[in-house]
Amino acid sequence: QRAGSEVEHPGLEPAPIWDGGTAGGSLTGYTTMTENNFLLKKIEISVSEAEKRTGRTAMNMQETYTAYLIETRSVEHADGQSVLTDALWRRYSEFELLRNYLLVYYPHVVVPPLPEKRAEFVWHKLSADNMDPDFVERRRIGLENFLLRVASHPVLCRDKIFYLFLTQEGNWKETVNETGFQLKADSRLKALNATFRVKNPDKRFTELKHYSDELQSVISHLLRVRARVADRLYGVYKVHGNYGRVFSEWSAIEKEMGDGLQSAGHHMDVYAASIDDILEDEEHYADQLKEYLFYAEALRAVCRKHELMQYDLEMAAQDLASKKQQCEELATGTVRTFSLKGMTTKLFGQETPEQREARIKVLEEQIKEGEQQLKSKNLEGREFVKNAWADIERFKEQKNRDLKEALISYAVMQISMCKKVGGWYLTLLPVCLDSCSCFSLLLGCIGICSHF
Amino acid sequence: MQDAQAPACLPVPGLWSSESRDLILPNGGTPAGTSSPASSSSLLNRLQLDDDIDGETRDLFVTVDDPKKHVCTMETYITYRITTKSTRVEFDLPEYSVRRRYQDFDWLRNKLEESQPTHLIPPLPEKFVVKGVVDRFSEEFVETRRKALDKFLKRITDHPVLSFNEHFNVFLTAKDLNAYKKQGMALLTRVGESVKHVTGGYKLRSRPLEFAAIGDYLDTFALKLGTIDRIAQRIIKEEIEYLVELREYGPVYSTWSALEGELAEPLEGVSACIGNCSAALEELTDDMTEDFLPVLREYILYSDSMKSVLKKRDQVQAEYEAKLEAVALRKEDRPKVPADVEKCQDRMECFNADLKADMERWQNNKRQDFRQLLMGMADKNIQYYEKCLMAWESIIPLLQEKQEAK
Repeated sequence: QRAGSEVEHPGLEPAPIWDGGTAGGSLTGYTTMTENNFLLKKIEISVSEAEKRTGRTAMNMQETYTAYLIETRSVEHADGQSVLTDALWRRYSEFELLRNYLLVYYPHVVVPPLPEKRAEFVWHKLSADNMDPDFVERRRIGLENFLLRVASHPVLCRDKIFYLFLTQEGNWKETVNETGFQLKADSRLKALNATFRVKNPDKRFTELKHYSDELQSVISHLLRVRARVADRLYGVYKVHGNYGRVFSEWSAIEKEMGDGLQSAGHHMDVYAASIDDILEDEEHYADQLKEYLFYAEALRAVCRKHELMQYDLEMAAQDLASKKQQCEELATGTVRTFSLKGMTTKLFGQETPEQREARIKVLEEQIKEGEQQLKSKNLEGREFVKNAWADIERFKEQKNRDLKEALISYAVMQISMCKKVGGWYLTLLPVCLDSCSCFSLLLGCIGICSHF
Repeated sequence: MQDAQAPACLPVPGLWSSESRDLILPNGGTPAGTSSPASSSSLLNRLQLDDDIDGETRDLFVTVDDPKKHVCTMETYITYRITTKSTRVEFDLPEYSVRRRYQDFDWLRNKLEESQPTHLIPPLPEKFVVKGVVDRFSEEFVETRRKALDKFLKRITDHPVLSFNEHFNVFLTAKDLNAYKKQGMALLTRVGESVKHVTGGYKLRSRPLEFAAIGDYLDTFALKLGTIDRIAQRIIKEEIEYLVELREYGPVYSTWSALEGELAEPLEGVSACIGNCSAALEELTDDMTEDFLPVLREYILYSDSMKSVLKKRDQVQAEYEAKLEAVALRKEDRPKVPADVEKCQDRMECFNADLKADMERWQNNKRQDFRQLLMGMADKNIQYYEKCLMAWESIIPLLQEKQEAK
């Protein structure tokens, strides 16, 4: 099973981007992601703009949606300058289509998730409106991130449909639909919905599934609490803003304290206003966590696909076993188990030896076929496990790296916030002191400054 | 920053603004100097010392401490130990130590009001706390009250007239205050009554401009302070709610870390860091509750005391004006003013002088107290942010080392 050859698009010329030599389906390059950025080495991808549009649906109803401008630039130029090669507009539903397609065609891959469709885990001051400029902006970043994730994935980056998504504005949807992925997806979906129980589950996948469940629940809990923390912090800061007015009104009736109060009031205003920026920055961290919340779902999808495959395999083995038993029964003439067939033979009399011969022959044929099928299913399963596990390893590394970076930037954000706000309070000190002991204050502040 | 206020301080803000300092970058940056926590409190302490120069000329020191709970069959109450050290001749011994309860303070304040009607008597803390059902015997309540009572006595001690008051002396030194109270009851009931029964219906012709201004000022002052008190309480409430969420937020990272291998340590680090920050925040809210709110309360109560003195002053003036008018009506032709009217005028002028002096003293105290208050508030906040800063900075190496080792 060649990873790259899973996708076949009759009638489509391979784009020059495809590197025939390396696209041999080998999965050896999994360990270091960056070395595999075939696509990203040659082009730069960005989602550079978002635009609100009004169009008509298939039902001729008016709808408003946001379109995103995808720009690709070739970096393989003689002078090292990148040149704009393509720029086209896509909407969120097209991104969804692309992802669904990838999910179906690469069952062993932890497919990068899309940013949330609707704002979730928001604190109440943040708009949950899909058309809100801040939301659209965060989604633009999220969509760009998605494209970059796909483009840097060692397997997905070679996909033709993905390439066309970036480069072919018209007819793309039709091309996707021609792959027949929908059909495959539908049958998968049905199978997934049916209740089935795998007899011999792979322990590693069971554990992984358990992990993805836990990860999902812990991250969503984290996001929920963070939203509440943000709400409260917002409250704390904004209430400080009330001081601003009172201090400045109070300053009007004071002679000597007036300036100090006025200044303190001003500081309180600045302090209260600063929370908007702080929480906006924090939203980026929340988005990073959200990506991994959705990644947990993608991880589970791989586990489920493995389960399904295992189930298929077990069913085939069971089928084969029962056929073999039937065949044996016919050959020896004994009925070991009670069956309808046994009943009918008893009721309607014995069949002729010729008939029996013919039936044995048919069964033997089926057994042979079944053995072949089982063999290929086994092979397929092993291949799946191998590929899936390689991708899961890659994912784990990516996850550790990303989340560590996210935590660092979260900490850096907190540090700069502490510095900023602590710094304001420092400037408030000399104001409170009026002009007295300015020199000693100066000395003292320099000491503290080394800290801020 | 205010223009010419502090020219030498102006260049400094640039130093501590975050823009001019290097931020720690996620990849490869070095964490900023986490060396010695040059606490800003040292600076504050130095400045507070400067304020206390007049302490050397003091000859009377009073402190309130060691609250004790007394449970009797009839009632339960708290007494406070009052220690007095003095070189004044009015005190026989250099040092006294007595125990008094809130009632005694209340008695003292009433006596002071009676015997020094022309002076501004510092306020006592409220008898009962209005907001919420507060346990009167809880440690926090008793401590807050002790501080307020200490402040009350210190204000009297600092006063050039009130500190020589006979009742104050008795309050500080008497072994059996109750005996004195009973004895005094019979003798002193008449004193000060004269002020009380003055015509209430008489309307002032004109209040002197400066006292009218004080009245207006007090109205606005009390109003603004009341608003600030409400805001401060609201902030503390918000901070406590924030704290509740933070306490849930930190452990989630711990839960997560249990799932992870390589990420376990960084996640645990973040959890601990949030824990440190919430501890620092708790300290901040406690400090605000203990230091910030009582000062506001005292000044709100002060404005009430002030208003009542102003009212008494108005009454004295009214009495004088009424007498003057009566004289003018009856004996228009006689130029000589009767002696009792003259006495009344003297009393009014004395009152005005005393009140003006007290008002000035009060203004000075207020300026100093609020400067200290704002500074303390800024300082406490700086300390809080310093602590959070250190907590967050401490986890950066934890995250980076792992990164590089990879």
